[in-house]
Amino acid sequence: MDWVNTIVSGILLGGLYSLFAVGLSLVFGTMRLVNLAHGDLTVLPAYVALLMVGSAGRFNPLYAIPLTMVVMFGFGYLLQRGLLNRVVLKGDIIGVIVTFGLSMVIMNALQQGFTANSQGLDAGKIENLSITVTDQFAIGWLPLLIFLLAIVVITALQLYMGHTKMGRAFRAVSDDTDAARLMGINTKHVWAVAMAVALLVVSIGGVIMGIRTTFSPLLGTDRLIFAFEAVIIGGMGSLWGTFVGGIVLGVAQLIGAKVFGSPFQHLVGHLVFIAILAFRPQGFLAKTVTK
Amino acid sequence: MVTSADGQEYPVQVGGRTTKSIVMGVGAVALIVLFLFPLFGVTDWTRRLVEFFCYLAAAQMWNLLLGYAGLMSAGQQAYIGLGAYTVWFFADIVHINPLLCVLFAAITGAIIAFPAAALVFRLRGGYLAIGTWVIAEIFRLIFSSISQTGGGAGTTIGAAAQMAQTKGVDGWYSQVYWLALAVAVLTIAVCYLLLRSRTGLALKAIRDDDLSAESSGVNLWRTKLYTYIIAGAGCAMAGALIALYSLQVRPGSAFSINWTAYLIFITVIGGIGTIEGPFIGTVIFYALRETTSKYGTWYFIVLGLLAAVIAIWSRGGIYGWILKKTGFTLFPLQRRVGFGRSEKPPSPPASEGGGGAATV
Repeated sequence: MDWVNTIVSGILLGGLYSLFAVGLSLVFGTMRLVNLAHGDLTVLPAYVALLMVGSAGRFNPLYAIPLTMVVMFGFGYLLQRGLLNRVVLKGDIIGVIVTFGLSMVIMNALQQGFTANSQGLDAGKIENLSITVTDQFAIGWLPLLIFLLAIVVITALQLYMGHTKMGRAFRAVSDDTDAARLMGINTKHVWAVAMAVALLVVSIGGVIMGIRTTFSPLLGTDRLIFAFEAVIIGGMGSLWGTFVGGIVLGVAQLIGAKVFGSPFQHLVGHLVFIAILAFRPQGFLAKTVTK
Repeated sequence: MVTSADGQEYPVQVGGRTTKSIVMGVGAVALIVLFLFPLFGVTDWTRRLVEFFCYLAAAQMWNLLLGYAGLMSAGQQAYIGLGAYTVWFFADIVHINPLLCVLFAAITGAIIAFPAAALVFRLRGGYLAIGTWVIAEIFRLIFSSISQTGGGAGTTIGAAAQMAQTKGVDGWYSQVYWLALAVAVLTIAVCYLLLRSRTGLALKAIRDDDLSAESSGVNLWRTKLYTYIIAGAGCAMAGALIALYSLQVRPGSAFSINWTAYLIFITVIGGIGTIEGPFIGTVIFYALRETTSKYGTWYFIVLGLLAAVIAIWSRGGIYGWILKKTGFTLFPLQRRVGFGRSEKPPSPPASEGGGGAATV
């Protein structure tokens, strides 16, 4: 039963990772930009929610989730139009340097504003509610909620990419920027919407994790790396692949923690990632071929 | 020698005679001054310079990766940390003279770089950067969990600390200083000679366009591998020196991502893809660190902002700007085809950024 518990928890944790990873994947897919500030941008919404809850006088942070999503959507749009559009199509190197710089700025600005200490969002009873299956086996409501939301988000993104005008524009810009531009697509707007949608998606996971555990400005590094690992394990260009990648990573981490002790949780996750990179570099469900 | 379409042969020249004598003159004077420096007593400046040399060496290596092989590494701290722990291992466990351990650090760095390259080279661009970062994280987590090295709290390098005590402050730090100077000069010499060689030409071709370089017969994978191994060895030496200088090693700081932040800042500010750039960048980094690092987070915000702004608006960095204005090069690396008769004296150096002399 212990093992079932570990694996189920790992799968649920994987849902969270995939929620972070689809944002990274979406940005890379539409503009070939590897956003090294992505991890810090998943931490930022928790602080946005903290500000809202604090300023509006003790309302439940669960209500802050949709508001934070709107704020992060707007922030993503402005960030892309104001800064990151200048680095798209200028090659990998500039993009990596600028987003790394952005990552340093966000992380240290959060430390400056909120200190490096861990903070939490108090949502009351739901934090500890769980579905008891047997005596030793219970599933927490919040992890389950994150997991189900991950499925909903990926399905919605899949439909959005496949069936809306903007989704078609995403794919067109991704395939051939110049041709898309010739067809009358405003690429700067499309990239900005892509970044906005990516941040909207990660703010769901960001805020719920802020409710479930504590958060600090230093979490960004790990979140970026886990999101990246989920993308590569799952295979680039496939949203469901990223979902699978997140689950593989989550299960690997928790099995590692169970077998070797909790200090080894992340290490085992990294090693599983390395093994998959060595033996199946294209990932499990790769759609795009990158040479 | 290149051959034109009509069969005529033109000499290809690397650098020019005038710049060579400038390099010799300035370099010799600077080296002698730096070499004699600790003889006037160990001061705060000696210590600052030791660190300066380490940052310079690591930045040269990082610049070699990014500016020439087009490899964006966010994980050179893996080698810096490994170098530091190699010193601990060979000095405290194998009981070898701690100063000699710098050599072992270089070997360790090179050996680890080989399989690491095989893994991360499967990724490209920005994903390669995160891949190298993961490798550094793996080493950080491994060394944090080894109890022999004190886990996350780290350990002092006992043999080195003992040696520092017997030799006294002056004796120890001047030796570390000379070693650091030697390593900095070595990394610059390696970069310089490598870039003037055939491999250097291949590297520049890769930097400009890796696909066309490959189709012109450059073995992409092997050339990048050599560069990555050299950079691994160089950064490990820098890490070993930091360990000797601070007499301790801690996984949190030895494998810290801040190293990448510093290296990015130094190289981008100074000028990517030049040997002079990281030199200028290190000087500026030092000036900034000595004045503003006490402000903690603000210091990092400024570093990040400056790196991002310069990367977007002034790709060449400060040295790129100098090159554009004056065409001055300390380390002539560009190849120029000498059109006209070979008896003619070589034209003054033309910069890649478009100096005056190349125009006809």
